[in-house]
Amino acid sequence: MNFDDTPQEAEFRATARAWIAANAPKQYEEELRKSSLGRTVLRNANILEVAKAWQKKKADAGWACLHWPKEYGGRGSSPIERVIWQQEEGPFGQLSRMFIIGHGMCGPTMMAFAREEHKRTYLPPLASGEKVWCQLFSEPAGGSDVAGLRTRAEKDGDDWIVNGQKIWTSGAHYSDYGILLTRTDPTVPKHKGLTMFFLDMKSPGVEVRPIKQASGASDFNEVYFTNVRIPDHQRLGEVGDGWNVSLTTLMNERSAIGAAVSTGFPELFEYCASLMLDDGPAIEDRAVRSKLANWAVKASGLKYTSMRAISALSRGERPGPENSIGKLVAGSMIQDVATYALDLQGASGVVSGEEAELAGRFQAMLLRAPGTRVEGGTDEIMRNIIAERVLGLPGDIRVDKDVPFNKIPTKGRG
Amino acid sequence: MNFDFSDDQKQLRDQARKFLAEKCSAKAVRVVLDGKAPYDKELWKGLAEMGFLGVAIPEEFGGAGAGHLELCVIAEEMGRANAPVPFSSTVYLAAEALLIAGSDAQKKKWLPAIASGEAIGTLALFEGKGNPSSKNVKLTAANGTLNGVKKPVADGAIADFAVIAARTGSTGRDGDVSLFLVDLKAGGVEVKSLTNLDPTRGQAEITFKDCKAEPLGAAGEGWSILTQVLDRAAVLCAFEQVGGADRALEMGRDYALDRIAFGRQIGSFQAIKHMLADMYVSATLARSNSYYGAWALSTNAAELPEAAAAARISATQAFQHCAKNNIQVHGGMGFTWEFDCHMYYRRANAMALGLGSLSYWEDQLIDRMRKKNAA
Repeated sequence: MNFDDTPQEAEFRATARAWIAANAPKQYEEELRKSSLGRTVLRNANILEVAKAWQKKKADAGWACLHWPKEYGGRGSSPIERVIWQQEEGPFGQLSRMFIIGHGMCGPTMMAFAREEHKRTYLPPLASGEKVWCQLFSEPAGGSDVAGLRTRAEKDGDDWIVNGQKIWTSGAHYSDYGILLTRTDPTVPKHKGLTMFFLDMKSPGVEVRPIKQASGASDFNEVYFTNVRIPDHQRLGEVGDGWNVSLTTLMNERSAIGAAVSTGFPELFEYCASLMLDDGPAIEDRAVRSKLANWAVKASGLKYTSMRAISALSRGERPGPENSIGKLVAGSMIQDVATYALDLQGASGVVSGEEAELAGRFQAMLLRAPGTRVEGGTDEIMRNIIAERVLGLPGDIRVDKDVPFNKIPTKGRG
Repeated sequence: MNFDFSDDQKQLRDQARKFLAEKCSAKAVRVVLDGKAPYDKELWKGLAEMGFLGVAIPEEFGGAGAGHLELCVIAEEMGRANAPVPFSSTVYLAAEALLIAGSDAQKKKWLPAIASGEAIGTLALFEGKGNPSSKNVKLTAANGTLNGVKKPVADGAIADFAVIAARTGSTGRDGDVSLFLVDLKAGGVEVKSLTNLDPTRGQAEITFKDCKAEPLGAAGEGWSILTQVLDRAAVLCAFEQVGGADRALEMGRDYALDRIAFGRQIGSFQAIKHMLADMYVSATLARSNSYYGAWALSTNAAELPEAAAAARISATQAFQHCAKNNIQVHGGMGFTWEFDCHMYYRRANAMALGLGSLSYWEDQLIDRMRKKNAA
């Protein structure tokens, strides 16, 4: 049992470290380091531009999308090299959040299902950050139940005509392309009538409306499709096989392993170490200490669980469903941590923004945290994944499984 | 990085699991649970023959000289099997105290006896209510003679010798405490068994009256040695707790697959699935914290005190959580003497107290994290 790199890993780490030290945009390092959930903003710069510039620089030097094949703009690295890169990139890695959907999900889906010429055309500018991609899956009627989506695609000669609405689409307002899951046959059970495409987000008939979130920020969008034409050659996978294609996309979400999960704990510990309560320093208080200790062991448990997963990766094993626990634990923890930090501030905890303690860091965390528990699968879906795929318990009973989609009731009360 | 046990260590785990499945069935545990024997002597003998008792004891003192990672692996299996033997008191507490502070003669006398299964040892620290603290040590030592009462002492009624914390100074500081070694079969010792939460591991009250004792380690160093012993034992107990938590989770999972209600396996209800998923999460976090503790223990890293406290808290919580909810999954059956659930529930809650309560370890963890941050 050790934390040492193999000689090859050490060499890779040294090369990566040297290149990052010489090239990273250090003027933003402090701000990126201090940004926590809900607060990745740069005071004096447009974060998308900074992120694109850093990504392009990485791509030109061969450090973009490490695990992708070279011919599509990647480096052909092993998963463990990708993890080492993330560790070395440190706070600058936060900038890649702008590309996380494109690099983590759209790219791999294109690689698995797009035509060769499309891969060569579209993947390199995606890897280099010049083009941004989004993923158009969720709908008002299909969140956790993605297969319940209603956006229609109908064949018209060599094209498909798309009508409908998507929601919760991260980054659609600055995306150039998207992958889109549609219903092409409503007369068969819901998982069987779906088809996947990719499309140009500037196509006529695509309208993006940002959603103002509870936090006040607008990272997500509604996207409306009115008679949008998509050529058939932009179809990903077979007609009616969209569910399987989308599973490939969702499975790739899981390989974002090794990235540090934000729990809010380091921020809280630091805060309590300096905070004075009425009776003395917060960290001397028995109740505070108990809370901190309970969160400390969750945070360290997650850290070492991820190290165990990295060890498995370096042995060549694939990340499994057990990695669902990171988001599950961190999501509600960050919410609780933020709530507690505000509780410690007493009545003044209500003040947010620049005038608040730590410039409103915990208030921002509080308002962003509910999203973490929902996006990429709710806590409940994560628990189902663990129960079914790790513990082997029976799947949920799905009463609409064998019913043609157009016969499924759509209202709670008839 | 290889933050995992080696193939050899995993093989040892399989070997220990197989051995315990055979020699330590629930039926065997129940002999002790029902008070028909103070511990499982046959199993104890078998553990010695397998080399498990001395796995971390150097060869020159009659052990296998393998190391602490190997001991962690075996500890996990002892917890999984709910073994009714004085393993933790003898191997984690008494043997570790000897390894840290014993003279060559003391090691030569007791360590081979531990490895061969001839001697059962324990640590006598507590004196009634309260957590580990030098202030709570009232038993006195003067001129090599002990006077006072220790309770509860784990496995005190079956132990052959004990490491005893005694007061030797009056400055009000940790330096007032020194450690002593007592052959419990000699004179001046009165032992009384105490009924306790977990009858598969006994507890006793031991009264010392002008009892002859030899010093273990330097005078005034007792508390510092004890802190090291408790940290090591915290990591080793954490593995037992992780093993117990895993077993409780498995029992719950198996029952949820087996039991039909409302025309379905109860494991198909989300309320049950999510409860089991949460048990898995707590057991996994505890396992990962314990692995870090194992690494720190086996390399004697500066991080050991912090890692030990984190492993202790996490594993205590996980075992209690899994043992409690295993009964809940079993419904009414889980609450019967006949089903095995209560054995793990008892063990989980007894183990949560043995090295000091959660609030003690929470304090330790925060103090140690502050020290690290200040450094």
